[in-house]
Amino acid sequence: MAARFASFARGQLIALGALALVPLLDLALPAAGMESLQLAGASRSVVVFAILAIGLNIVIGWTGLLNLGIAAFQAIGAYAFAILTWENYPFQIGFWPALVAAALIGALAGALLGAPTLRLRGDYLAIVTLGFGEIVQETLKNVEVVTQGTKGINPLPAPFGLTSDRAILWFYAYLAILVVVVYLCRNLEFSRMGRQWFAVREDELAARCMGIEPDKAKLKAFAAGSALAAVSGALYAAALGSTAEPASYGFEISILALCIVIVGGIGSITGVLVGAMVMLGITDVLLPLASDKLQDAGIGSTANVFSSPNNYKYLPAPGRPRCSTPSPVSTSRPRDACWSRAMCPAGSSPPA
Amino acid sequence: MTETEVFFQQVIIGLSNGMIIALVALGYTMVYGIVELINFAHGDVFTLGGFLALTIIGALGAAAIIDPSTLGDSSNWMLLVGLVLASGVFCGALNMSIDRVVYKPLRRASKLTQLVAAIGVSFILVNIAQFWGGLPMEVFNDGVSATAPKDFPDVLDWQTNLLGEDSAIALRVEDVAIFAITIPLMVGLTLFVKKTRLGRGMRATAQNPVAARLMGIDTDRVISATFAIGGFLAGAASVMYAVFNNSITYQQMGFRAGMDAFTAAVLGGIGSLPGAMLGGVLIGLIRAMSDQYIETRWTNVVVFGVLILILVFRPSGLLGLKQREKV
Repeated sequence: MAARFASFARGQLIALGALALVPLLDLALPAAGMESLQLAGASRSVVVFAILAIGLNIVIGWTGLLNLGIAAFQAIGAYAFAILTWENYPFQIGFWPALVAAALIGALAGALLGAPTLRLRGDYLAIVTLGFGEIVQETLKNVEVVTQGTKGINPLPAPFGLTSDRAILWFYAYLAILVVVVYLCRNLEFSRMGRQWFAVREDELAARCMGIEPDKAKLKAFAAGSALAAVSGALYAAALGSTAEPASYGFEISILALCIVIVGGIGSITGVLVGAMVMLGITDVLLPLASDKLQDAGIGSTANVFSSPNNYKYLPAPGRPRCSTPSPVSTSRPRDACWSRAMCPAGSSPPA
Repeated sequence: MTETEVFFQQVIIGLSNGMIIALVALGYTMVYGIVELINFAHGDVFTLGGFLALTIIGALGAAAIIDPSTLGDSSNWMLLVGLVLASGVFCGALNMSIDRVVYKPLRRASKLTQLVAAIGVSFILVNIAQFWGGLPMEVFNDGVSATAPKDFPDVLDWQTNLLGEDSAIALRVEDVAIFAITIPLMVGLTLFVKKTRLGRGMRATAQNPVAARLMGIDTDRVISATFAIGGFLAGAASVMYAVFNNSITYQQMGFRAGMDAFTAAVLGGIGSLPGAMLGGVLIGLIRAMSDQYIETRWTNVVVFGVLILILVFRPSGLLGLKQREKV
């Protein structure tokens, strides 16, 4: 029987359409006499994290496997992409081949971690993936010969000749990729594979009785989720022009992805899209805004803490270039505003 | 120093750190044994214990304590014991309230929900520690930089080498103090669980909560007590950690301590009290040896590698045999 393709669900179209309109509305704000919020960069982050969370949704939402280390696969994707495109390495295979290669490497890494660990109980698997996330991060930091350590691999060539000031074009290019990802996953959801995942999630024993091999199904889910996370990492690195430091792929990012999945409604792609807009809206738009307002009111050091809910990986070293200007109140160290790496505009210096 | 001396020095350091890790690990293993929840916030409860101890030192007058001439006084031993007790009670109460407010309503929820709730509590506590570090007190640098690591003053004349000043191996007062405080706590805990009525209730609840409730055990009270005891041990451990490292920080301290301790609990067999103690000491030794013979920067990788290998090849841990003593 010829394969039939499912089209987008209505909710997905609405969410994607709303996301597409955000930067346009933002551009229209000055015309209405209001200040523009510079949302194009944040919208691009929404796309990057939506892809990450869609990957996580396959693992947690559809197959019921607790993965707390999805950021590790994002890191693997980002570094694979960077190594394949950086000018100082001999590969330089270009954006699209590198993106595909990053996805494949991510899938392979997911399968390698998954093969021995997927039979573990739920919370044990969560701890193994968490530990794996930390191992990847530390290893990337320590193997300086290949990864440039905490400096990160940069500068990376911009795809499609986009410069960092064309934030809107970046956003629409990435949005197109997101549309493709959503379409593929939408079809995956109703494929034979997707139904196997649901069956394994609901009852492993029953699924086995129906002729499904749970281990294989889980492994495929893990690989698929990791591949999407790797794509997200590659897009992140491409947009930033740098892999940034390994610590930017830490536990908080895994949790941010988890929050996106949960906020939107676990198991739903539409939910992930909405969740990404809500969470990134909070972390990248509302909190910095609130922080600035508080700083204007003269309580900058409080704002500093306020704007950094879980920034303990981003402690500023004195004199390090920051994404924002130092606080006028706190004299001893720069204001700790760049708590979310997604906040860093592509043109500014990434956290070194 | 000769090779052998270096080795024994690392053993001493590893044992001291290991005892601290073991205290934290006991909290993980007790809670997991009873409610099957990985209490992610445990490491951050530990961090807050250190902050409380430093605040108390500040409130009592930091200058008098940091003054080197008073270091040997017996009043400082009293202060240390007082700090351990105060931090312990504070962390116990904190851990118990977290259970009451957050975990208890979610007792029947899915694993994922509970885990995410625990992670959420952990993040909240990290931020509380961050705020706490910004308090305008002398011990916190007048709150100028909330995020900077805080110096923890020497409470006792720690650095004296008990093996004599000429000995290449240093066995310092602080090493001995750690043993002098952690071992009685562990013995006390073991006796408590083995001999008392509440301890028997804990063992019963760990084996089978439903049957325990049918036998008239107030399982909610048992669970509260478990969280309180686990928190107490973490608070005591945090004071020992602070005096051993002379520094506390909201950043990463709880997460690292938590991961080390959780690894220790899993290594020993989660749910097993002697397992957590053994696991803690082993993780301390592994860390010390890895620092010396591999490289410090790879130590965390080694610890997480151990964690993954144990979970994959022997999920029941070293002492987690069939008739394991869960609490």
